[in-house]
Amino acid sequence: MARLNLLLLALIVFSSLALITSQHQARKLYNELQVELASAKRFEEEMGRLQIEQSTWSTPTRIEKVARERLGMRLPDAGHTRVLGNDVSARGGSQ
Amino acid sequence: MSAAAGMGGGVRSVPAKLAGWRMTVLALALIALFGGLAVRALYLQGFQTGFLQRKGNSFSKKELVIPAQRGRITDRHGEALAISTPQFQIFVTPRGMQPSPAQFTQLARLLDLSEAALKKMLDGAEGEFLTIKPRVLPEIADRIVALRISGLEVQRHYRRHYPDADVTSQLLGFNNVDDQGQEGMELAQNAWLAGKQGMRRVIVDNKRNIIDEAGAGRPPQEGRDLALSIDRKLQHLVFRELKAAVEANKAKAGGAVVLDARTGEVLALANWPAFDPNQRDVVPKDRARNRTLTDVFEPGSTLKPFTVAAALEAGLVRPDSMLQTAPGSMTINGATIHDAHVYGALTVEQVIQKSSNVGAAKMALMLPPETMWQMLSRSGFGTPPRTGFPGEVGGRLRPWKTWRPIEQATMAYGHGISVNLVQLARAYTIFATDGELKPASLLKTGGEVAGQPVISAASARAVRKMLEAAVSPGGTAPKAQVAGYRVAGKTGTAHKLAGKGYAPHNYVSSFVGFAPVSSPRLIVAVMIDDPAGGQHYGGTVAAPVFSRITDAALRALNVPHDAPLDNVILPAPEEPPVMEDV
Repeated sequence: MARLNLLLLALIVFSSLALITSQHQARKLYNELQVELASAKRFEEEMGRLQIEQSTWSTPTRIEKVARERLGMRLPDAGHTRVLGNDVSARGGSQ
Repeated sequence: MSAAAGMGGGVRSVPAKLAGWRMTVLALALIALFGGLAVRALYLQGFQTGFLQRKGNSFSKKELVIPAQRGRITDRHGEALAISTPQFQIFVTPRGMQPSPAQFTQLARLLDLSEAALKKMLDGAEGEFLTIKPRVLPEIADRIVALRISGLEVQRHYRRHYPDADVTSQLLGFNNVDDQGQEGMELAQNAWLAGKQGMRRVIVDNKRNIIDEAGAGRPPQEGRDLALSIDRKLQHLVFRELKAAVEANKAKAGGAVVLDARTGEVLALANWPAFDPNQRDVVPKDRARNRTLTDVFEPGSTLKPFTVAAALEAGLVRPDSMLQTAPGSMTINGATIHDAHVYGALTVEQVIQKSSNVGAAKMALMLPPETMWQMLSRSGFGTPPRTGFPGEVGGRLRPWKTWRPIEQATMAYGHGISVNLVQLARAYTIFATDGELKPASLLKTGGEVAGQPVISAASARAVRKMLEAAVSPGGTAPKAQVAGYRVAGKTGTAHKLAGKGYAPHNYVSSFVGFAPVSSPRLIVAVMIDDPAGGQHYGGTVAAPVFSRITDAALRALNVPHDAPLDNVILPAPEEPPVMEDV
């Protein structure tokens, strides 16, 4: 009888220790998860900021301004344009 | 020593057994004490458990709100027009905060404020919520949280950014501080764009660090992205041309709309004056209005093609039927209608080309009022275009039973009826297609859209030809021509309404047209409100804007040419220009 009690006591002590360890492990992992989630959130936020930045840099108005002023580009006029592969004569004047 | 020995002797002299009554008293006292504890325990556990549980949880458990991000608004190609990013708000609770001197110094430095200024702010707002700084970057917010000052709270919220600023201002609208739509598409599509915030139940330790999840929370529902029908590139060029035209003509305001002729999608919708929605603290009410949808004007001659279409459909005229417009005026019930020039006999086609009021009025008077009303109503006049835009109006089309002949005659050339610009542009889909009215949409649609048949393909083609003649050198709007493309359209010049009558020197100049005529892709409508730069005719004020927008837009969309590049023929300078009457 006494032996059985001792065995049960040992089992209880062991399972309590196991419980404590696993709870500790769980909290540690949970903590790590929190850290990762926080950085995921940060990356998302940075993504949003970068999207705004990209969108702001790529506004057509700005692109046109850079093309005209910094790169000296301009739209070709009619004299510098040749239309290829287009049967204008056949289509023009119909209707 | 001897004293101890004496005492020991005393103990030994006590009798071995205590008196019975003393045992009983002691036992009862102990039982009473334990009983008291048991009752107390029962009371706390059984009757006060809810209250105590809450108290305990308030120390260890915490509910965290997980904000949901609002969806982006993009153009038809997925380019972002509106994005929400998190911002952090720093505020003090009504209890006030108790920072140590060191914490106070650090806080002031992080907030980029002098200590004196911060102190003054705090003193000024005792016993209420005080926002110290509404917008703080995440890195700074993290460091402020790390200071752990009690009574100081950091709250995360979202702020909307509009990269295109004033170019898309009235179209997109803006949000309030809670990132909920207040105006424009932000308001119209709020339910779609807004997410639902989530919640987490967590267990925290004594330093308020989260150590575990306590029970199920609710995951946030992120907002959904919204793709508009707008083409960002076209939107920019339309805005640029409109702004330039309003300024060059010293006009009060202006609007321009580009529709896809095949689907009715709004590819660009611009207003001037505009505002910058990123600085929405200063939005003047009159700039926030999307005039192209919420304001009406009398369209003037841009309505004549509908009169002609009605007469063609009723079989009353053919494109080459002759109408006598001499002597250039016509009196109905005492009221007189004028033409700018005396043209004499004109064909129906020439009535449109030269924009003769008398000719249009004569055609209208051939029609039963009900027939003409049906034509206008089925073209979408008098009812809102149902774009879903908040505050859109339908204009005024009075019931035909109340029409007097003079009213029917003036309506033939667009007076006594009011429209908004999107409605007018949409109505022209019946001429750009083979007679179908397409639904106007601000949201991207997938491909071809079925329309409502309004007129026959033959009538649509006939009117298209007349509208092409109107931009020829013999028409009212040669300045609407575009190199390399055949275009068609109609000018409009109307006196502005002032009180009960018309203002003698204030006009609304407009032009509505489409291109390329061989297979129409775009409908472009331009309206300039109250030009004061010396010119006020639709042909000289609005038509050149149409030409520049159409030219650039067709190029940007890679639409093949349907005319030689040297097709633009402007009238010789010595020839008097053809002017419509107003």
